[in-house]
Amino acid sequence: MPRTALIVDDSASIREMVAFTLREAGFVVLEGIHGADALQKLGDQRADLIITDLNMPVMDGLTFIRHVRSRANSKYTPVLMLTTEGQLEKKQQGKAAGATGWIVKPFHPAKLLEVIAKVLP
Amino acid sequence: MEFDISRFRETFFQEADEHLAAMESGLLQLEQSSDPELLNAVFRGAHSIKGASGTFGFEEVARFTHAMEGLLDRMRAGAIESSAERIGLLLESLDILRRLLEAARSGAAAPPETEQMTGALLVAQRAGESRPDAPVSVRAEDRAPAHWQVRFVPSPEILCQGMDPVLVLRDLARLGEVVEVEADLSRLPALAGLQVDCCYLAWSMELASDRTEAEIRDAFAFVEEGAAIEIRRSNANDALPTPSNNRTLPSAESGTLRVATGKVDKLIDLVGELIIAQSMASQVLAAFQPGDLGRLQETFAEVERYTRELQERLMGVRMLPIGHAFSRFPRLIRDLAAATGKQVALQIEGEETELDKSVVERMADPLTHLVRNAIDHGIESAAERIAAGKSSAGTIGLRARHQGGSVVLEVSDDGHGLDRGRILAKARERGLAIEGEHPPDDRIFSMIFEPGFSTASAVTGISGRGVGMDVVKKSVESLNGAIGISSEPGRGVTFRIQLPLTLAILDGLLLRVGAQRFVLPLVSIMESIAPRREQVRHVAGGGEVIVLRGEPLPLVRLSRLLGIDQENDAAAAGLAVIVENRGQRLALMVDELLGQQQVVIKSLETNFRKVEGAAGATILGDGQPALILDVAALAEMARSCS
Repeated sequence: MPRTALIVDDSASIREMVAFTLREAGFVVLEGIHGADALQKLGDQRADLIITDLNMPVMDGLTFIRHVRSRANSKYTPVLMLTTEGQLEKKQQGKAAGATGWIVKPFHPAKLLEVIAKVLP
Repeated sequence: MEFDISRFRETFFQEADEHLAAMESGLLQLEQSSDPELLNAVFRGAHSIKGASGTFGFEEVARFTHAMEGLLDRMRAGAIESSAERIGLLLESLDILRRLLEAARSGAAAPPETEQMTGALLVAQRAGESRPDAPVSVRAEDRAPAHWQVRFVPSPEILCQGMDPVLVLRDLARLGEVVEVEADLSRLPALAGLQVDCCYLAWSMELASDRTEAEIRDAFAFVEEGAAIEIRRSNANDALPTPSNNRTLPSAESGTLRVATGKVDKLIDLVGELIIAQSMASQVLAAFQPGDLGRLQETFAEVERYTRELQERLMGVRMLPIGHAFSRFPRLIRDLAAATGKQVALQIEGEETELDKSVVERMADPLTHLVRNAIDHGIESAAERIAAGKSSAGTIGLRARHQGGSVVLEVSDDGHGLDRGRILAKARERGLAIEGEHPPDDRIFSMIFEPGFSTASAVTGISGRGVGMDVVKKSVESLNGAIGISSEPGRGVTFRIQLPLTLAILDGLLLRVGAQRFVLPLVSIMESIAPRREQVRHVAGGGEVIVLRGEPLPLVRLSRLLGIDQENDAAAAGLAVIVENRGQRLALMVDELLGQQQVVIKSLETNFRKVEGAAGATILGDGQPALILDVAALAEMARSCS
């Protein structure tokens, strides 16, 4: 069965790039334009991987991650956050909220898959 | 838990062997053509061996291939010419490399010529350099892997952050070679106190890696918080087993098997089908009604079909193309031709023909012997050939093909052929029995397989080496194979070797003696006859012979030899199976021939004990065991009885 990934970002270009890379890697990809939208798209499905931006309108990444961790079907799902270089504080906040790891922007698709390999069996 | 390093190493040696073969064939082709891709391929081989040998701690190999790679790189870049001398030097260095790898494999010391050859390679690549005195660094790329002791105590919450600690270990393994890893279970509480999403485990590992500490620490980037991580360098020399004290590497023949993924996938598919068929059968059985019998039979037929296919394909896993044994010949022939001053071309056919891995491995030496003989003594000098109206270059043919359930290998030459008269004279001189006034060619030619027969000046074509043909025949027979010769004066010799596809399955003739059934290997059977009373004669000493077409053959009554009660022991009752053993024919008396059958050979020694006269045992279709007769041993038993 193909694995499902959820990408949450308000930037369409980033979202498309990530979604494309993930589809190429064989994932079924769900897209959300912000945290609340993503939670709604996810519904009661199970995702195998979640990638989220932090700065987003309506519901930001940290709040979204806390929601994800409180749901039974995504409690242990790997969550990667998209950060920019040097956002040490953000990284720590993200980890505290329950993020598994991070990807530093800008990134190349190959780098993305490399980081995913670190968190997905 | 300790990882089996020797297994990784075996894969390395196999890869290295493949690279060696490819490099050799590339260099040989370079002598004819200057295709840059050939040089690239040879370079890649050296480069790959260099890279992997460092990882596995074979420094000598790494250093040596580095020197080879250097020369190849300069040739590849066009900085120096791919001259015949340089290609010759590289071919010689391949021989050293082969021995270096063998030494590394067996834990022996590097061959003494290594240093000298390394020097020669380094000197060769300096040719045409703008600064001829520039030091050539051998050690520059020598990043010997350091040994790291890594301890990882993850945060108990790691699982709640969507992280599996095993992934960190997997990531670490990518940075180098995991020498040892141990899980620390000391924090694990009793079952009642266990929280499912809390991680209680910790790991310690020894990692051989040429990465920096920062690079190793990077593997822990996502899991640092709340975790204890220790990374320290350990003394590599203490931990790394050096080749000299590591003598437990597996031998070449017992080694691993590399199997195409496709073959394994097909096996998995088949097992899947088998499980489905089996569960269908269980379903029918669970609620069985007499009317279901048809369905049950159908399902069972399916199980049977899949089992048979599974067996065939599993045998296929052990199959290797004979090309593995052929691949050494282009080089051997080039060297022998150079040494003897003859012109020799090689023709290979059917190198993709597959045979059991151990058959392929065990045929390499006999084939080499035959090819060597053919060049040394079969093929004439260019002058002689031209005088005889032939082309100046002789041809050695190596052919393989399937024939029925067996594989036929042929080694042929177009030299002057065997001299029938001289072999016959030599045989008579040695007192070897040759029946009849005008024995057929094959009977005469088979004399050269007699131990010690081929001595100098005995026979043109097989003289000089003094040993060997009997050994070749024994090797073939030990594989349940047969060897034959055909030759035409002035036209050459062809050795024809017939081998079973596998050693695990035997084509046999099922026969009955008294109430017992036996299997006789089909390859040793010539014919079977129902002898008339007058054909059987007693001879002095208590033995019996059977006269077949005027030729007396020793008669062996299996019932007596094996101590079986036979229903009728009348002189001419039963059937005589004529078998051949080492050129000698004998007749085995049996009660009935039950038919030809493929049987799976089971070792008696491993499961029971050695039984005289039996080569092994098998389970017949009805579940009963039967012994597989060993013709050579029976002949020996019969000789000592009479």
